[in-house]
Amino acid sequence: MSYIPHTAAETRDMLAQIGVESFDGLFADVPAAHRFPALDLPPAMSEMEIAAEMLAISEANDHAGDFAMFLGAGAYHHFIPSVVNHMLLRGEFYTAYTPYQPEISQGTLQATYEYQSMMCALTGMDAANASHYDGATSLAEAVTVALEVSRNRRKKVILSHAIHPQYREVLRAYHQGRDIRIIGDRGRGELVDLMEMLDSNTAMVAVQYPNFFGQVEDLRRLADTVHASGGLLVVVANPLALSLFTPPGEFGADIVVGEGQPLGIPLTFGGPYLGYFAIKQRLVRKIAGRIIGETVDKDGKRAYVMTLRPREQDIKRERATSNICTNQGLMALAAAVYLSLMGKNGLRQVGELNYHKAHYAAAQIDRLDGYNVDMTKPFFNEFVVACPRPIAEINAALLEAGIIGGYDLAQHYYHLPNHMLLCVTECNTRAEIDRLVDTLEGLR
Amino acid sequence: MAEPIIYDLSAPGRSGVNLPAPDVPLATLPEELLRDDLPLPEVGELQVVRHFVRLSQLNYSIDTGLYPLGSCTMKYNPKINEDAARLPGLAHLHPLADPASCQGAMMLMHDLQNWLGEISGFEAVSLTPAAGAQGEFAGILMIRQYHIDRGEPERDIILVPDSAHGTNPATVTMAGLRVQQLPANAAGEVDLSALREACSGENAQHIAGMMLTMPSTLGLFEPNIEQVIDAVQSVGGLMYMDGANMNALMAVVKPGELGFDCMHYNLHKTFSTPHGGGGPGSGAVGVNAKLRDYLPGPIVRRKAEADDAATNDNGPGCRYDWRMPPKSIGRLKAFAGNFGMHLRAYAYIRAYGGEGLRQVTRCAVLNANYLRETLRGEYTLPYDETAAGERRYCGHEFVVRGAFDDAPDVHALDLSKRLIDYGFHPPTNYFPLIVPEALLIEPTETETKDDLDKLAEALRAIAQEAREAPQLLHDAPTTAPVRRLDEARAARQLHLCCPTARPSA
Repeated sequence: MSYIPHTAAETRDMLAQIGVESFDGLFADVPAAHRFPALDLPPAMSEMEIAAEMLAISEANDHAGDFAMFLGAGAYHHFIPSVVNHMLLRGEFYTAYTPYQPEISQGTLQATYEYQSMMCALTGMDAANASHYDGATSLAEAVTVALEVSRNRRKKVILSHAIHPQYREVLRAYHQGRDIRIIGDRGRGELVDLMEMLDSNTAMVAVQYPNFFGQVEDLRRLADTVHASGGLLVVVANPLALSLFTPPGEFGADIVVGEGQPLGIPLTFGGPYLGYFAIKQRLVRKIAGRIIGETVDKDGKRAYVMTLRPREQDIKRERATSNICTNQGLMALAAAVYLSLMGKNGLRQVGELNYHKAHYAAAQIDRLDGYNVDMTKPFFNEFVVACPRPIAEINAALLEAGIIGGYDLAQHYYHLPNHMLLCVTECNTRAEIDRLVDTLEGLR
Repeated sequence: MAEPIIYDLSAPGRSGVNLPAPDVPLATLPEELLRDDLPLPEVGELQVVRHFVRLSQLNYSIDTGLYPLGSCTMKYNPKINEDAARLPGLAHLHPLADPASCQGAMMLMHDLQNWLGEISGFEAVSLTPAAGAQGEFAGILMIRQYHIDRGEPERDIILVPDSAHGTNPATVTMAGLRVQQLPANAAGEVDLSALREACSGENAQHIAGMMLTMPSTLGLFEPNIEQVIDAVQSVGGLMYMDGANMNALMAVVKPGELGFDCMHYNLHKTFSTPHGGGGPGSGAVGVNAKLRDYLPGPIVRRKAEADDAATNDNGPGCRYDWRMPPKSIGRLKAFAGNFGMHLRAYAYIRAYGGEGLRQVTRCAVLNANYLRETLRGEYTLPYDETAAGERRYCGHEFVVRGAFDDAPDVHALDLSKRLIDYGFHPPTNYFPLIVPEALLIEPTETETKDDLDKLAEALRAIAQEAREAPQLLHDAPTTAPVRRLDEARAARQLHLCCPTARPSA
């Protein structure tokens, strides 16, 4: 049956060797009144039926294969070279588990070490871990590190309102059992407003780069001010934007976290994604999650192994600072293969394609009557458009034209009704952009 | 030869991708915000392919051999599920798409929520936790909030058996509660008198709940499970079940019916979503009526029948929509969980149906008991009898003592490393902590009797070597890509990043 290989003869033989007459004999310790309930589930399907069922579900969705996609806001439709998927489909990678036995896990270990190295390259940081669940949980884990660094003496966490709204929700959910104050994101505060909130009780300040509205801000002064008050600067960065823009490590970020999904991971309705986490050398022993280090074997041969293990939950138990025990291993592999293929020049080229196409789209839309694009600050591949109608109406009309429109900012930013966050990537052709612009023009 | 690091394959000007030229006018880049250098490697496409293929060949995996890693349920990961995950309407679907644009995906999540609830006897399920550890975190946060809302914030103790997974106590601390550890009795079961003692007197009003793995991490069904649940609930605590071992329970018992208030599922264990070299996992959480309003969100709701009929110009209205439970503990990750794992678990449940899942559990338990029997006599099997002295069977996994009185220098780790030379992945080492020199063995239902026989034969041969030629075990492995590693050096001289990747390098 399905994936079970037992023949009837083998089953009989095995039961006999155990010394029970039937399967039921193996479950004597289960309370009899509750034993062997029927499960009300749909009947079993053959592989052919499963394939048809999954195809039907797939076809019931509007996706980037059939529609021009201009929606981003934390999850992005980017080009993924074919090689990435082929490497992920190597059974040796995807059907292995955590490299507890390093001698037979060097593939996973070295690939993860290479992932860590390339994330250091992108962020300008000294060390990266093997990943967290996603960008939002990476940020939540950064809070734990910042509190630990202050030996839990500092209790204040300052957040920019221009961090992804869901990331801030996750951060609050993670720390609801702790005695800390999370402030700064209720208003429309600029960076200078965050600086004014700093005091000797502040463990960290977190900002997003480019921010949720797509803007790239110079964070040097903020970094200096945060450090002067003795706190940490945590930067949530889109790793693809770092192909072009100054890496946070260069302007003094202490921790850089973010969503690695743009690096070769498909949208997949929100997950699995890749929470990257990079840190300065002096803080590295505070890092949570799995981390891979280089060492040698008995014969002096270079090899890789999970290191700093005593921080982790299976050893430290209730004294561990996080309960994390998986990483996003396969997603980190995707990012490693993606970055290896792209390399120094390819990634820069992708970054520039995003930049140019987004700026072309922004300029075209800004020219339309009734629309206004905020171009007061430099931006990467996302920008805010003030529209003449509610965004729900506009998106419904765009969908009719085969276009998935932008993110309705009024969902979380009440001062931005009729404002849409649009995203343009290397996947959007000029023809698609022109079609978007034409359709918007007809919606005044 | 060691596989070079990707940076060592780099040559200036080489590239592994073929990108389009810009088809729009070029904009001006903001020079003052640009980076100077991007220290990524420069490697050709074929060289990248060979590099990662060669790395893959250094791994042991389910697709290459038996992987009896206890507590991890390393069963076959069906290939059809990988194909499904790559269908464009699933792989290229945006998580913030309008619900009208993703009714297929939302129906899948809705059905999976219901099926998981049915399998475990819970009223409501949230699929958002990204891993088992996040499911635990969700559960303990819900329990905490439940007591706060009832005006009992002083309930801050979670009881955790000493045999528990390390995530259990770590989770309690993360949620801001306190751990009280409970000892096991001589039969490896929850010590009922110690439990009742912990739930009495002054302590009783501080009990928030208990976390329990079932079957236990020793692979044993708790014969007194109903008394355990009653002891905690009778003083106002809630019962959390760690669902890591659900592969032993499907259509055998529903934890919700036994009285558990809450549990997490490990979709990557029981429902065969691939382990991916360490993740992604997926950890749905199920609850009864007491906790349903506290679930992490969003969850998918099917609108009432009356709404189903509603249509608009675009065709049928949305049957499924997102809902944040009214007293939700919040969001535990961005978007709605690891959907790529949800769809694989969905396809897996589809393949089996209810009776099929019962057969999964039966065969998982059969394989574990069979392997255990074949090792009897060669290995010590701790907790082989109930407290009453009766012979007992294990669940889907079992513990052996990986050491021998007549081979004092040989440890469980040596046995494990020697097993690598015999072509098998080792069992879980040194867990659960309550068995010295533990080897936790979980064969899963997808292995044949022949392969179990070969594993048993290897383990018996190693037991003999331990006594007659222990050096073979101390030197092992000798056939793996590398030999034993200097782990102390890795921690002492931290080397976490290739030097050429550092911008300042």
